[in-house]
Amino acid sequence: MTKKNLIPFTGDQAVAYAMKQIDPDVVAAYPITPQTEIVMNFSNYVANGQVSTEMIPVESEHSAMSACVGAAAAGARTMTATSANGLALMWEIVYIAASTRLPIVMPVVNRALSGPINIHCDHSDTMGCRDSGWIHIYCENAQEVYENTILAIRIAEHKKILLPVMVCQDGFITSHAVEGLELFDDKKVKDFIGEYKIENPLLDVDHPVTYGPLDLQDYYFEHKRQQGEAMKAALTAIPEVLKKFEKTFGRKYDFIETYKLDDAEIAIVAMSSTAGTVKFVVDELRQKGVKAGLLRPRIFRPFPKEKLITALKNVKAVAVLDRSESFSAEGGPLYTDIKAALYDSGIRPLISNYIYGLGGRDIFPADINKVYVDLQDILKTGKVKTPLNYLGSRE
Amino acid sequence: MANIKELAKQPERLSGGHRLCAGCGASIVVRQVLMGTKDPVVAGSATGCLEVATTIYPYTAWKIPFIHNAFENVAATISGVETAYRALKKKGKIKKDIKFVAFGGDGGTYDIGLQSLSGALERGHNFVYVCYQNEAYMNTGVQRSGGTPKGASTTTAPSGKASYGKPQLRKDLTAIVAAHNIPYVAQGSASHWNDLVTKAEKAFKVEGPAFLNVISMCHRGWRFPQEDTIKINKLAVETGYWPLIEVENGIWKFTYKPKERKPVVEFLKPQGRFKHLFKEENKFVLEEIQKDIDENWARLERMCEASCKVA
Repeated sequence: MTKKNLIPFTGDQAVAYAMKQIDPDVVAAYPITPQTEIVMNFSNYVANGQVSTEMIPVESEHSAMSACVGAAAAGARTMTATSANGLALMWEIVYIAASTRLPIVMPVVNRALSGPINIHCDHSDTMGCRDSGWIHIYCENAQEVYENTILAIRIAEHKKILLPVMVCQDGFITSHAVEGLELFDDKKVKDFIGEYKIENPLLDVDHPVTYGPLDLQDYYFEHKRQQGEAMKAALTAIPEVLKKFEKTFGRKYDFIETYKLDDAEIAIVAMSSTAGTVKFVVDELRQKGVKAGLLRPRIFRPFPKEKLITALKNVKAVAVLDRSESFSAEGGPLYTDIKAALYDSGIRPLISNYIYGLGGRDIFPADINKVYVDLQDILKTGKVKTPLNYLGSRE
Repeated sequence: MANIKELAKQPERLSGGHRLCAGCGASIVVRQVLMGTKDPVVAGSATGCLEVATTIYPYTAWKIPFIHNAFENVAATISGVETAYRALKKKGKIKKDIKFVAFGGDGGTYDIGLQSLSGALERGHNFVYVCYQNEAYMNTGVQRSGGTPKGASTTTAPSGKASYGKPQLRKDLTAIVAAHNIPYVAQGSASHWNDLVTKAEKAFKVEGPAFLNVISMCHRGWRFPQEDTIKINKLAVETGYWPLIEVENGIWKFTYKPKERKPVVEFLKPQGRFKHLFKEENKFVLEEIQKDIDENWARLERMCEASCKVA
C-alpha cells in the first residue's frame, strides 16, 4: 500500500467503512451522539445495496444489544455501535452477551457518561464496564479504528476466545476529525475475517439447544470460571490473530505501544488520542535531552500485565493518565490496575495518577508538559508528593 | 378449526418433568400455542416462571431451540433471531421454513417489556408473541403488575384496613398491541383449547407480527385449588372477565360469546385474592368490577361493529 491512496475519513466513517467491508449478517443499532455517523453511514450502505446486512433499526440501545444476542446466538455475524448513555442503557445485556460467549463486535465512541449530561469525550462509559467480560481495544486515531474494527472480528470469533469485543475511539476528537486513511482491499478483508461459524447455533432446528438457562449454585461458578479462562486464553490467542493481520495487511500491532520508552527515565501511560499529544511532547523533550517516553495500552481487557511490566522495567517515574474517574478515592482505573500489576513484579517506579479531560476538557501539549515537569521533580526528590492529581481542572 | 385427534398426534415440544407448579396455566398455554404450527419453531422466553422452571441448568424441558436473554427483552431478542434467519436464508445458508415465538408473563409484557414489544411490533418482524397473563409477578411472589385487575390482593398492593387491594384497572394491553396495526391480535384461554389452537394457527400463518394475550391461571397467586385451573379459566370466559376476541387485519371480532354472561362474582368468589371483596365494606368494589366488565363488553361490541362497517 502506498500513501497515494489516502481517503479522507472521520473515525465514525472509518468504522462504517470497516463494517461495509466486513458485511455482517445482522446489525442492530440505535443512534447516539457521537456514534450517530456510524449508524447513518452504514444505513446508507444498506440502502444502496452495498452490503448484504439485515439491519434492525431498534427503539433503544437495550433492544440493540438484546437483538444482537438473539442474532449472534442464532448463528449470524453480528455488530452494533454505541456511546455513553447508550452503553449504559444496554449494560445488563452487555454482560449477558459476554457470559453467553457471543462474539459480537461493538465499536464504541467514548463519551462522558451522564450526569451531568455531556456529549464530549472521556472514557467513563467503557471504563465503567471493564468488568463486563468484553475485550477492550482503545484506538489512537481513525486509521487504528478502521484496522481494529476488522481485527476485532477475528479476535472475537477465535475458537479459544469467543468473547465480544468493543473497539473504542475518542468521541469527536477521533470520531469527527478527518484524517487521511489507507484502506484495505475488500477481498483481503473478506479473506482475513473468513466465514462466521459458531457451534450449536439456535437456528439448527434439527439439533435444538437451550440458550440462557437458569444457572444456580451448582454450575454458575464454573461457568464464570470458564469465562475468566477465556479472557486468560485471549492473552495467548490474540497474538495469533495479530500475526495473521500483519501477514495479510503488513500492519504490526501489539497489546501495547511504546514510544521512546527503551531508555526513558520518566514516562506517561496514556490511552487513545491523548497518546498522540504525548508523543509530540516527548519529541520536544527529547530535543532538550530529557529522557521522556510513552506507554500506550491498546488492549485493556484482557489486561496485558506482563507486557506492561516489561515495558516499564527501566523507568524510574511513571505518571498514569486516566480519562475517567472511578470514584474509588484511590485514582483512575488504569492507574490502579497498573499499580496492582507492578506489585508482584518487584518493579516499583515512582508512580502517580492524573485524571484529565473529563467531559471533553481539552488536553494540550502544555498540560502534558506539566506532567513531565512533575515527573522530573519526582525523579529529583525521589518522592511522589501528590499521587492523585486532576490535570486541567479548576481547583 | 383444530381437530383434537390430530392435535394428540403432534410431537411434544415442551416435555413434562419441568418444575412449574402442578396446575400452572403457563405450560398448558405453551403446549396449546405450539400446536398451532407444524413447521420448526424457535422459542424465546422472558425471565419468569416459565423460563426458570423449564431450563434449570443442566436440564431443559424444551425440545425445540430455545433462548432466554433477560426479563424485559424477549421481543427484541426474538427479533434478532428472526432477522438472523432472514439474513442467512437470503444467503442460502438456511433452507427450512422456521417460525418464531416469544413467551412472556404479564410482568415481562404489560410492564417491563412493553417498549421492547412495541419496537418489535412496529418493525414488523415475522413472529408470534404470547403473553401468558396470570395477572401478577408470580415468579417473585405475587406482586402487582399493570396486568393485575382491580380489587385483587397482591403482596405489593395487599388488601387491609385501608385498602381493598389494587385500586387501578389493569391496562388493556390487547388494544395497545392492536393499535400497532399488526396483522393478527387475539385474546385466548386454555379452557377453550379449540379457540386458542385455531388462533395460534392464524398467528403463525400471518406474515408479520402476531400477538396472543392468553389468560393463565396461577393457583399460588389467585389462591384456588390447583386442580381447578381449567374450571377457573372457563369462568373467566363465561363471565366476560376475559373476552375471547381477535383483531384480524384491523377487524375486531368475538370468536366466542357465552349464551348468557354469568355474573363476575362467580369467577371472583372461588379465588382467595378477591376474598376481601365479599366483606360488607367492600361490596361496592364488586359492583364496580361488574360495571367495568359490562362496559368493556359493550365497548368491544362497538369495536366489532365499527371495524366491520369500515371493512
